[in-house]
Amino acid sequence: MHIVYRDKEWFVDQELTVNQMLKHLKLLPESVLVVRNGQLIAEDQKVHPGDEVKIVSVISGG
Amino acid sequence: MRCHRCDNPGAINMRQHKLSLCTEHFPEWFLEQTQRAIKKYRMFGHSERILVAVSGGKDSLALWDVLLRLGYHADGVYIDLGIDRGLGYSALSKDKAAAFAAQYPAARLIIVDIPQLYGESIIQVAQRRRRPQRPCSICGLIKRHEMNRVALEGGYDVLATGHNLDDEAATLFGNVLHWQVDYLRHQFPVLPADGQGLARKVKPFCRFYERETAAYTLIRGIDYIEDECPYAAGATSLAHKGTLNRMEHDSPGAKMHFYTNFLKAKETGLFATEETAPELRPCSQCGQPTTAPNLCNFCRLWEEK
Repeated sequence: MHIVYRDKEWFVDQELTVNQMLKHLKLLPESVLVVRNGQLIAEDQKVHPGDEVKIVSVISGG
Repeated sequence: MRCHRCDNPGAINMRQHKLSLCTEHFPEWFLEQTQRAIKKYRMFGHSERILVAVSGGKDSLALWDVLLRLGYHADGVYIDLGIDRGLGYSALSKDKAAAFAAQYPAARLIIVDIPQLYGESIIQVAQRRRRPQRPCSICGLIKRHEMNRVALEGGYDVLATGHNLDDEAATLFGNVLHWQVDYLRHQFPVLPADGQGLARKVKPFCRFYERETAAYTLIRGIDYIEDECPYAAGATSLAHKGTLNRMEHDSPGAKMHFYTNFLKAKETGLFATEETAPELRPCSQCGQPTTAPNLCNFCRLWEEK
């Protein structure tokens, strides 16, 4: 799968839950949302090899 | 986790509410909760004219969308501060706001072009005042003044901003860390009009986590500017949000209880307003209320040119 977060990207050939993926990337589920193939998904759902995954930061302000 | 209202997979799990909702039912819940907050804090009614402060970001565009879908008369105001930094930040965020407005023919977007109106971008003002790296306080001052001016000149009953619970909790956290009692006194989802030139200000999203407003914009397909203002990096409020999110991760609901229990305590008299409020007088140039003897801080910005 192809994972994009801000200006970074990763390629992973493994099935993971969203929670596992975020833990690997050291991201808190409280500060991001995960979009799989254009669809918003919750943390217990899985991402698979071949998926296009976008991690959206939800923190804004200054 | 399945959606609590149907059998579809949940698109967002809100651990603080023990609630999971799908892409169909989350926007429905979001509208219901916004309406509840408007009613609970007596923000405005359907007969009133609302001006939404729009930045092109997720919170303000989501707020404008929700108010229009709830049937309110809501126009938008975008303040073009002339921020570029090689990214065309203001131009891009203005385009997002304008593209959103174009989808709602009944809604009007008022654009205030600061460099055109006052002759300088906020970055140029900050450079002139020798604060080139931290223009944020000048930005806040200009936005507050101009949003209030547009609200009053346009005859709007209320100015609505997209502040969410994370914004409010981060502000509260900073104010408690420094025991800024005056700021704590004034932090509330509704600030009434003062009758002397300050418009009523409301925050209908004050009970939503930032994650929820982002989820709403994603599900609704609202195109917003994802990048932060290039000057926001390193801001204290972002650090406070990070701290609160780590607490939330270990203890779901921590942010919500921190903020909503503060509001409950205020309603029972904590930090009640002192009898001796500072005396306000109209600025000799723009007429907006100020505690200064002659010109307000906003007008002083341009006097020093």
